Amino acid sequence: MRWTPKGWTDFGTEYRKAPAVLLVEMLFLRVFLPKEAFVDPSLPDRAVSFCPCAAVVVASPGSPETALGGIRFSLGNASRKYEKEVKRMLKTGAEILWECLGREGVEHVFGYPGGAILPVYDALKHSKIHHVLVRHEQGATHMADGYARASGRVGVAIATSGPGATNMVTGIATAMLDSSSIVCITGQVGSKLIGSDAFQEADITGVTLPITKHNYLVTHANELARTLREAFYVARTGRTGPVLVDITKDAQQSSCEFDWEAAKPQLLGYRPDLSPTPQEYAQALKLVQDAKRPVILAGHGILLSGAMQEVRELVERTGIPVTLTLLGLGAFPASHPLNLGMMGMHGEAWVNHAIQEADLLLALGMRFDDRVTGNLKTYAPQAKKVQVDIDPTEINKNVKVDVALIGDLREILRELLLRIEPIDCSKWRGYIDRLKGDSAVRDIQNLPDSGHLYAAHVINDLWRETRGGNVVVVTDVGQHQMWEAQYFKHEEPRSLITSGGLGTMGFALPAAIGVKVARPEAEVWVVVGGGGFQMTMAELATLVQEGLKIHIAIINNGYLGMVRQWQEFFYERNYQSTPLLSPDFAKLAEAYGIRSTAVTQRSQVVPAVRSAREHDGPVLIDFRVEQEDSVYPMVAAGAALHEMIRRPNPIVESAEDE
Amino acid sequence: MLITFVVYVENKPGVLTRVASLFRRRAFNIDSLTVGRTEKPEVSRMTITVDADQDQARRIEASLYKLVNVLLVENLTNQRAIVRDLAMIKVAAKHEERSHLLQLVGVFRARVVDVAPESLTIEITGAEAKIDGLLEALRPYGVLEMVRTGIVAMRRGNKSPAAGPPMGELAEMAPDANNDDPQSV
Repeated sequence: MRWTPKGWTDFGTEYRKAPAVLLVEMLFLRVFLPKEAFVDPSLPDRAVSFCPCAAVVVASPGSPETALGGIRFSLGNASRKYEKEVKRMLKTGAEILWECLGREGVEHVFGYPGGAILPVYDALKHSKIHHVLVRHEQGATHMADGYARASGRVGVAIATSGPGATNMVTGIATAMLDSSSIVCITGQVGSKLIGSDAFQEADITGVTLPITKHNYLVTHANELARTLREAFYVARTGRTGPVLVDITKDAQQSSCEFDWEAAKPQLLGYRPDLSPTPQEYAQALKLVQDAKRPVILAGHGILLSGAMQEVRELVERTGIPVTLTLLGLGAFPASHPLNLGMMGMHGEAWVNHAIQEADLLLALGMRFDDRVTGNLKTYAPQAKKVQVDIDPTEINKNVKVDVALIGDLREILRELLLRIEPIDCSKWRGYIDRLKGDSAVRDIQNLPDSGHLYAAHVINDLWRETRGGNVVVVTDVGQHQMWEAQYFKHEEPRSLITSGGLGTMGFALPAAIGVKVARPEAEVWVVVGGGGFQMTMAELATLVQEGLKIHIAIINNGYLGMVRQWQEFFYERNYQSTPLLSPDFAKLAEAYGIRSTAVTQRSQVVPAVRSAREHDGPVLIDFRVEQEDSVYPMVAAGAALHEMIRRPNPIVESAEDE
Repeated sequence: MLITFVVYVENKPGVLTRVASLFRRRAFNIDSLTVGRTEKPEVSRMTITVDADQDQARRIEASLYKLVNVLLVENLTNQRAIVRDLAMIKVAAKHEERSHLLQLVGVFRARVVDVAPESLTIEITGAEAKIDGLLEALRPYGVLEMVRTGIVAMRRGNKSPAAGPPMGELAEMAPDANNDDPQSV
């Protein structure tokens, strides 16, 4: 490199001020320092890379820049290498991406490479982040989702443009409806090609607009750091949810200065931190204190806000009985005497009756989904309703409420706990107890072994065998999901991971992989039907490749069970397209190197579960259960909540439901 | 009833789609939507009228606020506001009818902006009802073509949320992302 006049001025005016001093420095450097001192590529920072001569630089009367000028001037060859070093201070978009993920605390990502995301994959070699290679991009999003739900952190999924990105859609919608904080990163064709129907181009920000909390298209490397920081910030604050960042290939490849501090999110229109007014608190308190027949409706928001302790305090202080939504299971201990159980379409009869007869519903982090309310016209007609939710759009959406407290549930409960007094509702609780009937008979384990294998038995035995442990059950969608919710008693938060809002079949296996990656110390059980399992069973290979010990319990009844149940009840047993041929799951597992057994008798359930737990590695158990069994009780879609289809058969009946 | 919202949004690509998509997704029917610049280059302003009741209006407002790019929402329904629509109407104008038409234009305080041998093009600004009135009056002559902008609205009086405190304070109100532990939800 030649020393141009422009080069002189590059290093400021001080150089020209002290030529004599510099001359001495240059000579000193040239004579005494080895060339290698200047070309340490592993040290990108200017001052640090010149560590060996730092003393000289500091001692020199000019600035470090001045001394650098001298070094450049005197060491022609070395300075050329130094020029490369200067370039190294610039980072490519791909490098910035991994740097940002690392700084956001990400340790694991789930992804699948492809053309438009290759620069990102190439730059992965500089990062400590562990990448889990999935078998289908839908799996990546479910894994990120499971990771987020199990840990409370942000899950990250990566895919390429076009089909890679569109394969993520189901997983993103699942995360959206269950408020799961995930960040999806997709590659996009070069910014010049956008709109040209280029190979593997899809308008993924357009596609995912209604199913993300927010999404971004990044076309320049210098927008990347801020965008990613915003994406993580939006995903994990307020009502958590999925955020997608679509990054063009040229933005991944081009370089720019990376400044983490300067890339701080600037979201003027984003206000996740709302809180109620003192008047609203007072109104809510008055309604709660005046109630004679109150019920708490506990939802997923308790887990998301981390308000388990506060809810428990509220319940124990006031004596109000609690019912849970499907996604709320685990937010309040199942064994607590004030826990009535799950509400809704497949909730227990006394729970739904209690809600219908209540004079106050205190909804905590739940959104009155149609699966928990039944027919809205007849829903809890005598009850005043107080709704605590972080999302203002949930207020008065389905059920008109009397008071809404909008904000973080934990903070609001803390505020309420300062002033709330015990309520005398012992008569009311006694009434609900009588609704329950003889609960000792409820124990299905006490029912005689009739030679049939019922799914309820399988799940109840699984619960008995694993109770007290650090167990997470990940379910799919359908009958087995409802039986799990009814017969597996969840004491701990985040111990049930299930797709509630979107009801995504195929969720369980990939989500369980995310759960296990997030919480390697936990015992993870996949409870899945034959239909849902076959939707995403390709992820068995992911499980094996990652060496994860996950147990898979297939509740195999030879049908798409829940659809068959609806056909039985509402379509005159016209079992159209529900009988399901499945492969021999045991042989399938064997092909992946996974140990497996098939269980056909009730007496084999416990030994199979015990042997799986003792085995050092994943195990698949094919539970071949009764074919035409149904989930009871059931509120038909559109029926009033108290108009349930009750259990008809004493074998699977629990007596209190009669 | 017709609800009128004034929505301040960040002037970024795709924001109009987000707002329009919201109404479509939540099954609300937009009556009119106009977008334009404001006194601040980084802020665009939309005037949206939508057929909804008061409860729905509150939910729309909450949903609009949920969009990350939406800065401020004002519901101007039943507020003291200036509401204006602009129309250009091309009307058939035979020679002997021109003087009548020009009288009408005068009565409605509209303007003739183009004159052709067989037609006149009239520009009119005003409340929607006034434009409807002119349109009815012109119909017997033969309306050849018409275009309307949809309404724009502004609150009367000094109160001005865009220039005043609310938007200025937004920056301060925006949560400090740095103080937030990345891994706590």
